[in-house]
Amino acid sequence: MVNDLLTSPPGWMHAAIFFGLGACLLMIVLGFVTYAILAERKVLGFMQLRPGPNRVGGRFGLLQTVADVLKLLIKEDTIPKAADKPLFILAPVLAFAPAFMVLAAIPFSDHLKFSDLSIGLLYYIAISGITTVGILMAGWASNNKYSLLGGMRSAAQMISYEIPLVISVVGVIMFSGSLNLTEIVEGQKTVAYMFLSPLGFIVFLISSIAELNRTPFDLPEAESELVAGYHVEYSGFRWAFFMLTEYVYLFAMAALTTVLFLGGWNPVPFLGFIPGIIWFALKFSLIVFFMIWVRGTMPRLRADQLMEFAWKVLLPVALLNIFVSAVVKELFLR
Amino acid sequence: MIRTEEMLLNVGPQHPSTHGVFRIVLKIDGETIIEANPVIGYLHRGTEKLAENLQYTQIIPYTDRMDYLAAMTNNYVICHAVETMMNIEIPERADYLRVLVMELGRVASHLVWFGTYLLDIGAMSPFLYAFREREAIIGFLNEISGARLTFNYMRIGGVKWDAPEGWIEKVRDFVPYMREQLAGYHDLVTGNEIFLNRVKGVGYYSKEEALDYSLSGANLRCTGIAWDLRKDEPYSLYDRFTFNVPAFDSGDAWARYQCRMAEIEESLKIIEQAVEQFPESGEVLAKVPKIIKPPKGEAFVRIESPRGEIGCYIASEGKKEPYRLKFRRPSFYNLQILPKLLVGENISNLITILGGIDIVLGEVDG
Repeated sequence: MVNDLLTSPPGWMHAAIFFGLGACLLMIVLGFVTYAILAERKVLGFMQLRPGPNRVGGRFGLLQTVADVLKLLIKEDTIPKAADKPLFILAPVLAFAPAFMVLAAIPFSDHLKFSDLSIGLLYYIAISGITTVGILMAGWASNNKYSLLGGMRSAAQMISYEIPLVISVVGVIMFSGSLNLTEIVEGQKTVAYMFLSPLGFIVFLISSIAELNRTPFDLPEAESELVAGYHVEYSGFRWAFFMLTEYVYLFAMAALTTVLFLGGWNPVPFLGFIPGIIWFALKFSLIVFFMIWVRGTMPRLRADQLMEFAWKVLLPVALLNIFVSAVVKELFLR
Repeated sequence: MIRTEEMLLNVGPQHPSTHGVFRIVLKIDGETIIEANPVIGYLHRGTEKLAENLQYTQIIPYTDRMDYLAAMTNNYVICHAVETMMNIEIPERADYLRVLVMELGRVASHLVWFGTYLLDIGAMSPFLYAFREREAIIGFLNEISGARLTFNYMRIGGVKWDAPEGWIEKVRDFVPYMREQLAGYHDLVTGNEIFLNRVKGVGYYSKEEALDYSLSGANLRCTGIAWDLRKDEPYSLYDRFTFNVPAFDSGDAWARYQCRMAEIEESLKIIEQAVEQFPESGEVLAKVPKIIKPPKGEAFVRIESPRGEIGCYIASEGKKEPYRLKFRRPSFYNLQILPKLLVGENISNLITILGGIDIVLGEVDG
């Protein structure tokens, strides 16, 4: 249906349909974010010997996040006097919009996908880079020293880690011969790329955690040092936007990892009767759980160690991965 | 050439990692600290001045509020000073109870340090694990004294209450449990590569510097000087127990961490022996006069608190109240080296170094 719409001449009807579809996706994503936050709190609670949310919405705190969001919505919207007002208002939007945009390129199953870009992977990487601008802008516009430090750290970190992140997927691109995410998944029918390029997978996983600003790479918002980092002056729904960005990226990054390395909706051998979307959800949840698990276990790196790790360890390993992948392709995949 | 400027950053008094109302004004270049000026006194309550108008027994609750993480040692130091002046003989059972609660307090205090230090470094879970064990200890102390933090348990001449029935057995069972948990902490944290990177070589000072700055406790023992008053100037019953004084000589935050973790083990050893030797029955409070009036003169005693040497000086005119009372508060002395350590460090290291010193603001400010 979407293809028919794309090829037919534009009109108001089309705009309405696309808007509706977009709103649908937004709702799905927001629903995910609501329950991802709950899941994170529950899983962390389980790891840390505490119950987690268990009051609002029954025993499992099912409505806790909804209540939190409602609270944030009705909070007073404060903007510091000394802040750069237009930039201060623009920053959360600029950080959030790309987080949502990248989702358009991700195929969730062989039917459920919003666009089939031939350069899907490149699109994801390029668009997600814009968020850094939003974060840096927030850090600068708040006119607060802590947020400035947080913004600086985040810019340095996200730029540094984007490089190994991009290079680590080169192996995958070589195997599949395409930047199209659907074709990358199709290429993993027999064996997932995480087995063909384990080095790339590890580098990608580490860099993606760094890209998401999560423990042990949560320096931009290091609570014990910078109080809250770049969003220290934000409150109410503007603050919620930053949190939303983080969790939408978690969603996007986990989905991308699933697509690139875990074989997307391809089933595990002999279990093909289970539909693809469920396989996708399973693998995806595994990645999300892994990230929460890491958060429950690891301390935080120091800023200089973080940079050293990106440039001196991850980058060479990612480069080595290209070479190894080429050899693997030449020897086994001919 | 880009023109760069130094920035003045005010950390605290409301900051998640200053462990209370401690403020430090930093001059930073990028993230490098050029100058650090600590500002203290936000929690100053004038304990020493207040004490001049209080009877000796009335001073004890005030000491609870100095080092509120290990109030038992504070209780002890004031009682010990008065007892020294008046030459009071303490019943054996009372002395054992004192040692038990002090060592339990030491373990609890080090557990809080362990948890919050890891929290500062960015790991969330160890904090909650450490607090589970601390909760058990606080429970024991609550049972014996009726309070969870401000115990007000010791009296001049002994302790206020005898141990409730079954208390000693509970403490005995706690020791192996705590050892097991401690092994778990080592599994989770001690070998962690990120943690090692954060603490190794950070906040180094030499033996001489440590002595010059009059550091004590783990802050001194991390430079390789095995100085512990429980061993070197035994007070109470400490000469009856066999335990080691752990010392590590790298002088950095890593040595301080190892030192405190080893001290928990040593304290457990002492608790184990004290429980074994615990007298079946006996008095817990010596016969002391209703109104305590130490003879004219002065006394200074010092003991080993979890944070270092805590001392108490009393000048008496032979009245109900002391003429002058002074506490040597280890946190205050240990903190003095901070500005020196911070110069040239990264902001992240500020937290590692400050946390490594292990201060309690109630004690720093008095």
